[in-house]
Amino acid sequence: MIAISINGTVHQFDHPINVTALIEHMQLSNKRIALERNGEIVPRGQFNTQMLTDGDKLEVVVAVGGG
Amino acid sequence: MNHDDLIIAGKSYSSRLLVGTGKYKDFAETQAAIEASGAEIITIAIRRSNIGQNPNEPNLLDILPPSKYTLLPNTAGCYSADDAVRTLRLARELLDGHSLVKLEVLGDPQSLYPNVVETIAAAKILVKDGFQVMVYTSDDPIIAKQLEDIGCVAIMPLASLIGSGMGILNPWNLQLIMERVQVPVIVDAGVGTASDAAIAMELGCHGVLMNTAIAAAQKPVLMASAMKMAVDAGRSAYLAGRMPRKLYSASPSSPTAGVIASTRNN
Repeated sequence: MIAISINGTVHQFDHPINVTALIEHMQLSNKRIALERNGEIVPRGQFNTQMLTDGDKLEVVVAVGGG
Repeated sequence: MNHDDLIIAGKSYSSRLLVGTGKYKDFAETQAAIEASGAEIITIAIRRSNIGQNPNEPNLLDILPPSKYTLLPNTAGCYSADDAVRTLRLARELLDGHSLVKLEVLGDPQSLYPNVVETIAAAKILVKDGFQVMVYTSDDPIIAKQLEDIGCVAIMPLASLIGSGMGILNPWNLQLIMERVQVPVIVDAGVGTASDAAIAMELGCHGVLMNTAIAAAQKPVLMASAMKMAVDAGRSAYLAGRMPRKLYSASPSSPTAGVIASTRNN
């Protein structure tokens, strides 16, 4: 069991997952997003290879209207 | 390239009006207002994705494609240099390496006045990291010069507080800034109506950035078009060079000779 904080909310996963799987879980596949893991950017090219670990803190962002 | 283009970080823009994309009632209104403004550079914000909510909801980038507009991601809502830097690194990843950004680090949520100490700290990190930084700041000419020296590509002083619509409260400071910096000076925040934008341009500012003045108008699309005309008119007036102000020494516009005989006795 691993616990991962996504945008401030803790989610439990019963097996290790990579970033791509997490994005699918969040129903964000094919959406324009950017992802930060523990304060560092995860480039899109590494979504398949980066495995998430217990205690990771993720920020997943999109573009919204703003001034 | 037009002879009077706005040049930021080596790139030419024919519009001197930059607009935000916040506070509109829906995407259709956003799109119509931005179209009417004629703006080429438009600001966007970076926010947490709502997990699992409306996965089919359209994205801002679908209606305002980076192929059509120069998107300027901002750091609105950031109160520290660190948060601003992280936000813009996320923005760069989101926009496929796009490096032109708007840095703003705020002081407090009541005034949204810029925290220049944190702004300077963030600007140093971002410039070193390869970002082209357009920076929102106070109208302090010394700070403006420091931000230019750090390597910011445009200095964007406030006219008055963000969202206040109070207009240009200190035109003298804007002039002091323009005398001191070589990069474009773009008034950012505080414009309330078209005449405010025209005044900014008449002062010699290189552009105006606004959001609320358009989005919070009763008819945003009409105000967007008014702002476009105001920026154009103000720029032309600046280039034309206004007449000097004279309190007295009246100078009639019509000939003084050949006036018909007066019936007045004296």
